[in-house]
Amino acid sequence: MKPLEDYLIVDFSQFLSGPSASLRLADLGARVIKIEKPGTGDICRTLYTSDLIMNGESSVFHTINRNKESFAIDFKQPEELEKLKKLLVKADVVMHNFRPGVMERIGLSYEAVKIINPTVVYASISGFGNHPDLKDLPGQDLLLQSLTALTWLSGNQEDGPVPMGLSIVDMLAGAHLAQGILAALYRKATHNIGASVQVSMLESAFDFQFETITTYFNDGGELPVRTKTNNAHAYLGAPYGIYKTKNGFLALAMGSIPVLTSLLKCDALLAFPENKFALRDEIKNILALHLQTKDTDFWLNILEPADIWCAGVLNYQGLFAQEGFKVLEFTQKVAMLDGYTYETTRCPIKIDGEYFTSSKGSPKLGQDNEKIIKEFIAL
Amino acid sequence: MRPLEGLVVLEFCQFLAGPSAGLKLADLGARVIKIERPIKGEACRQLSIKDLFVDDSSLLFHTINRNKESFAADLKNPEDLILIKKLIAQADIMTHNFRPGVMEKIGLDFKETLAINPKIIYGTITGYGNIGPWAKKPGQDLLLQSLSGLSWLSGRKSQEPVPFGLAVADLMCGNHFVQGILAALLKRAKTGKGVLVEVSLLESVLDVQFEAITSFLNDGGQLPERGDVKGSAHAFLSAPYGVYQTLDGYLSLAMGDLIFIGNALGVDLNAYVEKSLWFEKRDEIRTILANKLLTKTADNWIEILQKEGIWCGKVFNYEELDNQPFVNELHLKQTVKNSDGATLVTTRSPIQLDGKILTSIKAAPKVGEDNQNIHEQFLNNA
Repeated sequence: MKPLEDYLIVDFSQFLSGPSASLRLADLGARVIKIEKPGTGDICRTLYTSDLIMNGESSVFHTINRNKESFAIDFKQPEELEKLKKLLVKADVVMHNFRPGVMERIGLSYEAVKIINPTVVYASISGFGNHPDLKDLPGQDLLLQSLTALTWLSGNQEDGPVPMGLSIVDMLAGAHLAQGILAALYRKATHNIGASVQVSMLESAFDFQFETITTYFNDGGELPVRTKTNNAHAYLGAPYGIYKTKNGFLALAMGSIPVLTSLLKCDALLAFPENKFALRDEIKNILALHLQTKDTDFWLNILEPADIWCAGVLNYQGLFAQEGFKVLEFTQKVAMLDGYTYETTRCPIKIDGEYFTSSKGSPKLGQDNEKIIKEFIAL
Repeated sequence: MRPLEGLVVLEFCQFLAGPSAGLKLADLGARVIKIERPIKGEACRQLSIKDLFVDDSSLLFHTINRNKESFAADLKNPEDLILIKKLIAQADIMTHNFRPGVMEKIGLDFKETLAINPKIIYGTITGYGNIGPWAKKPGQDLLLQSLSGLSWLSGRKSQEPVPFGLAVADLMCGNHFVQGILAALLKRAKTGKGVLVEVSLLESVLDVQFEAITSFLNDGGQLPERGDVKGSAHAFLSAPYGVYQTLDGYLSLAMGDLIFIGNALGVDLNAYVEKSLWFEKRDEIRTILANKLLTKTADNWIEILQKEGIWCGKVFNYEELDNQPFVNELHLKQTVKNSDGATLVTTRSPIQLDGKILTSIKAAPKVGEDNQNIHEQFLNNA
């Protein structure tokens, strides 16, 4: 039995943040109905990355929206809105990621939906919450990474700002929204009361950096300084980083420099008997030169038996060939209604020994209209 | 009323992933009790950034463990173990991130725990799952980033792999753990039975890459290729996406109609009208844009671009960010206080419920600070 079986989620959200939350809820067993604009639908359908088009739509859309239904309805038309409300009456969760004010104008604010569905969990993601100066700014991932100083943590000292190379703030906000929804559903299940749940990308980006931001608040306002080379964490000493070897790369996490000195037979490190944070650039420099002299496996074969925290650095090809990856069965094949199939990842959570897989691919725009109208609206 | 009010969580987890989940549950209203070895307590208490300590424990520990209680007990001591079992009998949730096998040895694996409390929600975090050749490998964040392919997504093509500069595998896994535990509460509400929740750092850091991995799986095994111009921001996205230096700092340009953006900036991009070139020639295009953007201040450009509705923004550092009025207006900071009255400023829960932010004044506990209280409440009559 999936934990969210029998729950109905009506999802107005687009792009990544909201839809990634409803994907998680779908995998946990909920029925998710995407509400989309007729003709165009979720803008993500045409948001191509590296021009990869699958079955006429973007790969990103297919990744985020599998295991969902699509209901195309022009709810700006009053009579269509009335139809939609019949569906909302039955929903356990109504969610959206419009900018503040949009749902109010449509007539689907929390207050409005609560009137027809008093125990609804009403959830929204915005870029910046309801702040008057910010609420109309685009809640876009790179802009949030830039605004919240996240770009000063990765890369090396002279690299300038280095963004994290995927939409991390969107995904965090989606993860936090899913948490808020689940917590509110639990309260609804135990106390039969509804809730409004709000998450903003700004707050999620702060939460992600809670360690480094709290450090900044309490260390007299010192800015993070990345190491000159091999940086992996602005606040950690040597050897923490990724190093080039003769045939690839090696990651070294925390470790004692004297121990590494003798294991790696790196005499130049003898000058650094204490692992002083202030000397991390010098230590990394010496390590980098030394590690280039042999293959990755040569170093791993010395370091792993000595319980040094280290790993080779893999790309997707390398990863997919590893037994440690294969045993996870992390990929799954899904099929769309028209028979088009594609491979993607599965839900990362396992409950009572069960992986939450689903063979249901993403929906074509409006593919479930007939069924949904019959079930919820035609009466 | 906070949604998890009345629920008791026993946290055997250490370091970041598990305790970050415990913190979220605490902010959502659960009572989270850290089970720690006497005197030294959780290992993270001594793990510091820049040697910053609040009391006997590091600022780092305080950041992750505010709003929790501490019960000191030695799991290897039979008398203490009896107390722990009495606590488990009255708890709703327990979490641990011991390596596979450890809880089995102590006699507190899921099966044995169910015998003590048939309604327990039992959550575990591992590095790589319980089976396979990696099961015993150290579950450390940088190693997970390195093994999972993540380090090939940031930075530039001609650079070494560039890891994310914070513990993204730990933190995402903590987030997934919270989701799993909350879903388990819903399942338990229906079945009345205990539930086992399992997450791993590896699956979580792969889930973050679901878009890139799905591309790889459906694009004939093509690997992501980073741009090679400074400020490259996403391996799969076309120009102008990225960070640019200006006369006085940096700004970011998100996705948009390149030709329109070129016009707004006063750059001739007529050679790139064909949309497919925006990806193919992104380094060339971004170099042209970068040269132009160097000629004015960031504020200057932002004004020009925002007027046209172009998605752009300034790049702040922590100081500039902290100086923004919205930080206080949105109450993004909170002050917490420990039992000695020492205070520190930290962040708060990112989730708002019923229009309210979730804050708590309670700082992290000292080792065993709540032993007496917990004895009186849970153990004296049990």
